[in-house]
Amino acid sequence: MGATLKDATAIAGIGQTPFAKQLPASEKALACRAIVAALDDAGIAASEVDAFASYTMEETDEVEMAKAIGAGDVTHFSKVGYGGGGSCATVAHLAAAIATGQASVGVAWRSRKRGSGPRPWKNTQVQLPTPGQWTRPFGLLRPADEIGMLARRYMHEYGATRDHLFNVALACRNRANQNPAAIMYERPLTREMYMTARWISEPLCLFDNCLETDGALACVVVSAERARDCRQRPVYVHSAAQGLPAQHHGMVNYWNDDPLTGPAWTAARQLWKGADLGPQDVDVAQIYDAFTPLIPLSLEGYGFCGRGEGAAFTEGGALEIGGRLPLNTGGGGLSEAYVHGFNLITEGVKQLRGTSTAQVPDAATCLVTAGEGVPTSALLLRS
Amino acid sequence: MSPSVTPATDNRPDSGADLLLPVPDDDGAPFWEYAARGELRVQACSGCDELRFPPRPCCPHCQSFAAHWQRMSGRGRIWSYVLPHPPLLPAYAALPGYNAIVVELADAPRIRLVGNLVTAADAPLNSVEPARLRIGAPVRAAFHTMPGGVTVPRWLLERP
Repeated sequence: MGATLKDATAIAGIGQTPFAKQLPASEKALACRAIVAALDDAGIAASEVDAFASYTMEETDEVEMAKAIGAGDVTHFSKVGYGGGGSCATVAHLAAAIATGQASVGVAWRSRKRGSGPRPWKNTQVQLPTPGQWTRPFGLLRPADEIGMLARRYMHEYGATRDHLFNVALACRNRANQNPAAIMYERPLTREMYMTARWISEPLCLFDNCLETDGALACVVVSAERARDCRQRPVYVHSAAQGLPAQHHGMVNYWNDDPLTGPAWTAARQLWKGADLGPQDVDVAQIYDAFTPLIPLSLEGYGFCGRGEGAAFTEGGALEIGGRLPLNTGGGGLSEAYVHGFNLITEGVKQLRGTSTAQVPDAATCLVTAGEGVPTSALLLRS
Repeated sequence: MSPSVTPATDNRPDSGADLLLPVPDDDGAPFWEYAARGELRVQACSGCDELRFPPRPCCPHCQSFAAHWQRMSGRGRIWSYVLPHPPLLPAYAALPGYNAIVVELADAPRIRLVGNLVTAADAPLNSVEPARLRIGAPVRAAFHTMPGGVTVPRWLLERP
């Protein structure tokens, strides 16, 4: 019997900067603000931080952050790859380090200027981590094109429609309309707006795509024992997983034998294996939504419904508050902020503290996922 | 221009100028060399004969490092497609209504290639009316030499 991750650690603090299309501060300054806010939320001194975890695509690194915030000796640091696939894994890596005694106070963070920074598809000199020679000359340039390809096939195989994708966009927008911090606060979405919106990559329209946002977020992970002495109600890391399926190709999973079973399926098997709970026990979900089709694909992968049933699952208000599985209750990447999914983690914590702006009554369990379509990760949080 | 630098775009003012050119890696280079001869070939393991795409050094089935390039019939079906709209790189934005498709090869349905459906090998990327695109439509490969001298496979409808 080795050390177990189950409920051994907890998220004790969260912090964030404002979200905007353009923020004047540097990524480093934004990162520091988010981390300092998260430590203050937990009531833990910066000098106690001895672990850092973030994404490989993060512009700021642990050396800069440790120095800037005044951390003490750092004994664990970790970077997780694949863009938005790394969000939940940053917390998972800290949890594993703390559960096995390699560190005691961990900080995970993401600072991003996607709203005012460069667009990746404009960089013609660099082959993206996806094998660009097989896709880019043919004008398959952007993540929206790559996911649009999977979406078209998914719609063809299972009868999914644009109305199903609208259900996803609407649920996220409705929650953002309740969240003053969201970019899309007080900006309602209607079916007509959705159906007449300009295309980005048919079958995906403007509202099927995430926002482009500047902002930073952070959270603090400590042992469950320590968390009980912190300022806030602990949110326990009940289970955590990463997933990179056999023969996967990032963003363009159509070179896999079964392109419609992406990394969510792999992460889910590991997540539920390490949990006392199953999909039926999840009160609220924060599912990575860089593009609306990722939601039905993820609903299937994480076991909320059968294969091919993810689109139908969204019907009848299932993703709204009071529905079968309230989704992305801060507004998600589609309508709160697109910060590589870190806002989904902090929103999961808010739900389990009972402090969300779109609170699910008595929420005690929350699934948080990272990017589907790329090697991914997930967390099952509980109060 | 320094001969050691591979241009990522071609800048001649021909049709198709500024479209991105493939930047081959060591494993992928033979694909483009065969394409330049008008042949569609896919990497195959010399140990177990399994085809694999994209190309890579080692067979995922038997771990053999021996490989050869198997000629395909060039026939396939549209597995999926998208119609990208701006914001796009300027050369692609200048081709409104262009398509990108994924073709599953008739000889090996699990091998899927990204490409473009066009009315003739050298026709523009937006030469096929978008309404003609259909999942499952049979297609065959044709070869187009881009302004930079690189040949890429494109796809024609079997029943135009």
